[in-house]
Amino acid sequence: MQTFDLETHSLRELNATLHEQKDNTNQTSWEVINARGSHAIAVGLDAPIEVTIKGSTGYYCGGMNKQATINVHGSAGPGVAENMMSGTVIIEGDASQYAGATGHGGLLVIKGNASSRCGISMKGIDIVVHGNIGHMSAFMAQSGNLVVCGDAGDALGDSLYEARLFVRGSVKSLGADCIEKEMRPEHIEVLRDLLTRSGSDAKPEEFKRYGSARQLYNFNVDNAAAY
Amino acid sequence: MCGIVGLFIKDKSLESELGSLLTDMLVTMTDRGPDSAGIAVYGNNTDQHVKLTIQSDNPSEDFANLDAELSETLNTSVLIRHKDTHAVLEIPADKAIKARQILNNIRPNVCVMSAGASIEIYKEVGLPKDVANRFEISGMSGSHGIGHTRMATESAVTTMGAHPFSTGADQCLVHNGSLSNHNSLRRKLVREGIHVETLNDTEVGAAYLTWKMKQGSSLGEALKSSLEDLDGFFTFVVGTKDGFGVVRDPIACKPAVMAETDQYVAFGSEYRALVNLPKIGNARVWEPEPATVYFWNH
Repeated sequence: MQTFDLETHSLRELNATLHEQKDNTNQTSWEVINARGSHAIAVGLDAPIEVTIKGSTGYYCGGMNKQATINVHGSAGPGVAENMMSGTVIIEGDASQYAGATGHGGLLVIKGNASSRCGISMKGIDIVVHGNIGHMSAFMAQSGNLVVCGDAGDALGDSLYEARLFVRGSVKSLGADCIEKEMRPEHIEVLRDLLTRSGSDAKPEEFKRYGSARQLYNFNVDNAAAY
Repeated sequence: MCGIVGLFIKDKSLESELGSLLTDMLVTMTDRGPDSAGIAVYGNNTDQHVKLTIQSDNPSEDFANLDAELSETLNTSVLIRHKDTHAVLEIPADKAIKARQILNNIRPNVCVMSAGASIEIYKEVGLPKDVANRFEISGMSGSHGIGHTRMATESAVTTMGAHPFSTGADQCLVHNGSLSNHNSLRRKLVREGIHVETLNDTEVGAAYLTWKMKQGSSLGEALKSSLEDLDGFFTFVVGTKDGFGVVRDPIACKPAVMAETDQYVAFGSEYRALVNLPKIGNARVWEPEPATVYFWNH
C-alpha cells in the first residue's frame, strides 16, 4: 500500500504519480489522505490500480477514469467520474450534481444520494445509486444503465435516447419522451448483475424500468411539416 | 463563478471565533472569486444605538472629525471606529435617520454599507485575504456572518459592486449566479420606493427581499416568493438581525454545501470551505435542495 498525503504533496504530484503506473505496475494499491475537498483527485488514470481516498472530494474526482478502481471514503463534489471510460468508482457517501456525466463505460456506485443531473448525457456507463437522485437525471442519456434504489426527482430521463433507467422508489416526474416500460427477463438479469456488483441487497423485481418513447429523436414522417 | 461562505453560531462559546473561522472559509474560496470580497458580521447587539458602516475612497479626509461634526449637529454623542476605508458610526437609535441625512450633506462621497443594531459590512476590491486583513475580520466576534468572493459577471468590479448587499436595517444578501430580470424588477422596486444604489443584479435581489419584508413577509416567506419573481440562476445566503437563510433556484446549478453540528450551521460553495470548522468530521453535511428555503433563527 502506497500512501500519498495531499497536505505535504501537491495535487499535480499525486496525479502525475498515478499516471506513471503502467498496466504491469507492482504498486497496485494506493491511499490518498487529507483530501479535504480538493478538486480533480485521481483524474485521468489508466492502469489496473486501486486508489482509496480518505475524506470528501471536490470537483471531478475520478474523471476520465480507465481501468482503475477508485473508492472515496466520504462524499464527492460535482462531476464525479465524469466521462469515465472503464474501471470502477465507488462513493461511500453522497455525490453532488452531474455524477457520471457523459460516461462511456465502467461502473459508478454511489452509496448515499446523488443530486441533480446524475448521469446526464451518459454514453455507456453503468451508475448505481443506493439512495435517491435529484432532478434532470439521465438528461439526453444515450446508453448504459442508471439504477436508483431510492427515489428519482423531477424530469427523469428528459430527451432520453437509449439508456435504461431502473428506479425502485417513486419518480417525481418523467421528462419529455421518457416512459415506463415493461420489465422483461433480460432486464432483470442486467439489473441483478449490477446490484450484486455494487453491493446492494435490493431485489431486481422491486424496480420499474423507464426508457425512451422514441418520439423525440426519431424522424417521424407525420411531423414533417413541423421540422 | 463567485464563492459564498456563511456561519451561524448556535453555541455562544464559539462566538469569539466567528471572525477567524469566517476568514479562513473566505480565503479558501479565493479561486472562485478573486476580484473582490466582502463580509457581513452580526455582533455586539445594541438596541439603543444604530451602527452605520460607512465607506470612503478618501477615508483620511472624509472620516476626520466626522464624529465631532455629527455629535454637534445632532446634539448627542456619536462614536466612530476606523477600519481602513470603512468606519462604524454608533448613533442613538432615535437620531439615526437624521444622521444619515446630515451625513449625505456634509460628506457626499461617503457610502453607507449597512445600517442596523447588529450588522457591520466590510467589502473592497482585491484578493479575499487582503480584504480580510485590511478590516481585521479575524479578530471579530459575533453570532453569525456571511462572506462572499466575487468573480464579476453582471456589473463592474468596484467596491459598491462587491457583496454583501444591504438594502434594509440589519439585512444583507450574497449571491452566486446571475439574475436576468433585474432591470425590470429594479424599475418596479424604485417605483415602490425602495432605494437601489447600483446597476448590480444582486442588489436587486436584496432590495426585492427588503420590499417583501416591508410588506409584512418573514424572511422565509420573502425567500419563498423570490423563487416566483426572480428569473435567473441563484444561490442566495441572507442574514437578518437574528436569522440566517439559504435558497437556491429550481435549476440549482450553482454549488452549495451545508454542515450542521450542535455548535453551528455552516454554508460553503464547496466542501473545501468547511474543512477547518470545529468537529466537521461529525457534522451532518448535505447539499441544499433546489427551490427549498432553509432558515435558522436565534
